Amino acid sequence: MRSKLVAAALAASLTAASQAAERIKVGFISTLSGPSAALGIDIRDGFQLAVKMNGGKIGGLPAEVLVGDDQFKPEVGRQLAEKNVRLDKVNFLTGMVFSNIMLASVPVAFENKVIYVSPNAAPSPLAGKQCNPYLFVASWPNDAYHEAAGQHATNRGYKNTYLIAPNYQAGKDSLTGFKRFYKGNVVAEVYTQLGQLDYSAELAQVRAAKPDALYIFLPGGMGINFIKQFVAAGLSKDIPLIVPGFGSDQDIIRPVGDAMLGLFDTAHWAPDFDNPANRKFVAAFEKEYKRIPSVFAAQGYDAALLIDAAVRDVKGKVEDVEAVRKSMKAARFESVRGAFKFNKNQMPIQNYYLRVVAKDGQGRIVNKTIGTIFKDHGDAYVQECNMK
Amino acid sequence: MSWILILEQSLNGLQFGLMLFLLAAGLTLVFGIMDMINLAHGSLYMLGAFLASTFVQLTGSFLAGVLLAIPATAVLGMILEVSILRSLYARDHLSQVLATFALILIINELVRLAWGSDAALPMPAALSGPVELLPGLRYPSYRLVIIAVGLAVAVLLFFLVTKTRVGMRVRAGASNREMALAMGVNIKALFTAVFGVGAALCALAGSMLAPLFAVQVGMGENILILAFVVIVIGGIGSIRGALVGAVLVGVVDTIGRAFLPILLGAFFQPRVASAAGPALASVMIYLIMAIVLYFRPQGLFPARG
Repeated sequence: MRSKLVAAALAASLTAASQAAERIKVGFISTLSGPSAALGIDIRDGFQLAVKMNGGKIGGLPAEVLVGDDQFKPEVGRQLAEKNVRLDKVNFLTGMVFSNIMLASVPVAFENKVIYVSPNAAPSPLAGKQCNPYLFVASWPNDAYHEAAGQHATNRGYKNTYLIAPNYQAGKDSLTGFKRFYKGNVVAEVYTQLGQLDYSAELAQVRAAKPDALYIFLPGGMGINFIKQFVAAGLSKDIPLIVPGFGSDQDIIRPVGDAMLGLFDTAHWAPDFDNPANRKFVAAFEKEYKRIPSVFAAQGYDAALLIDAAVRDVKGKVEDVEAVRKSMKAARFESVRGAFKFNKNQMPIQNYYLRVVAKDGQGRIVNKTIGTIFKDHGDAYVQECNMK
Repeated sequence: MSWILILEQSLNGLQFGLMLFLLAAGLTLVFGIMDMINLAHGSLYMLGAFLASTFVQLTGSFLAGVLLAIPATAVLGMILEVSILRSLYARDHLSQVLATFALILIINELVRLAWGSDAALPMPAALSGPVELLPGLRYPSYRLVIIAVGLAVAVLLFFLVTKTRVGMRVRAGASNREMALAMGVNIKALFTAVFGVGAALCALAGSMLAPLFAVQVGMGENILILAFVVIVIGGIGSIRGALVGAVLVGVVDTIGRAFLPILLGAFFQPRVASAAGPALASVMIYLIMAIVLYFRPQGLFPARG
């Protein structure tokens, strides 16, 4: 009798191992406090909205999303990643906004064969030589928005452009990307400290240089402070400002207000995209959170859908990481941006659009799509990636 | 490089310097009179900004909010002095550093509990545009207000310390504490009052700078280091030294940030130049401190006899 029981238990445990997991754990680490918190909060809300609309499930399994705040500090992000991977044994890791925090944290996931789905940062080293089978980017390669912005500045015929970005990986990627497609003259290329909040010295230099256009890559609180101070210094009347899509999104429109109207930016998504997946997402997001989604929210939502599709395709067998990878690479889900596919380095090939900040039918300030800059655009580093 | 640019950058430096002065003034008095290293001075700066944000939201007026935050922070500062810091005066500097560092951590977490990690303090709408100072020089009006407030406080403090009886006692305490005690100055009450004034100045600086920067936990820590540099350059215990040191540090920092990258850009790649520029600018501040310490170990305007 006893041996029978043991045999039954053994058999049960064996079948359990080859069957689907009972639930799925996702480690979500993001910047949820400080001046740049709005970005992480939007990604989190987008991600959790997708899970909620799915009935609390990812890929048909009850989902547990462990949310952690990296406090805009790489070491805190790293600690959380260690905890999520080693202690909580998460099936997927996602959430990070900033490239420096992501670069510090993802090695933990890679070493332990945990897939990191990036809802934002996609720094150039991870696109090229250091591309990794456990990294999937649901947003866009770091350079892409800036390449589109450079193309836009070329299209507009700006002869002299002044560039400002923070001195970290994504800042360097951004200006490299801009210059790759900008044919005019770069007046100055200024790198400020990451997290700098007072731009008086830089603004005075811009005023003196009198460029035809100013391109800034200053995500989160840095951008809010820069644009406010730019307006307060009276520079907005003289110098056209170009920004990447998130540089004039809802998180910046809310505190800055009407001064944002007429600003051009470039992005892979806008709330007015007319596809069924996007209409559903925008309506649900506005209903749930009483605000307009930003690109960050859209990226968080897409990241959740990407994981959802991959887990569903392997019928919930998340332990088989190789199978999950294979199905994730197919990206079989309805993205809010419309169609896209993964490149060899598992970063997206997709369209990029020109947007303008304007008022919508209800008088709210939003980004409106006014044209396509790139079609099926990849990145410049994929040749260096040896991944199969 | 036009003279308008140099003038504008000097104003930027002056504005930053005057706000540093508000912090350094309190710090230098506490350090000079009580011989107390108070690392938690930056926490009062943070508390001032958070309180101002709450009061501005409650009253709907920026001015009223700031004017309420100043006495509130002063009271909190005095409570801190009477309850905790007073028992540290007799200890050595290491104990004071350890205890006040613990206070930083405790206050940070308390603020996180009470307000969350950050709060909003928008710039008053009337001051959010530029004013034309000279043809070709438009300057943000809010920064001008900061300069005006900073200068006014500097004059007021200078008058208070040099011309009044309380100020005389403060100076006496700074130059020789034991002698002042022997001459019958009520040191205990004086210390508490000085601490309150220091906290009030912190709150003024915190709430004036908040619309330019951000109200967030930990905002006082970086600026505190600069405030210490200022009082070492100026001479510990000296208000005049704090003013000169603060403006010097503010101007050197801004000029360095603005012009060093251009200067270095003539020799190096832009990325190297603009990365080295801000780094070198902050090194310049410490270089000045080192030079002052070498030639005048007591600072530029020593208070102690």
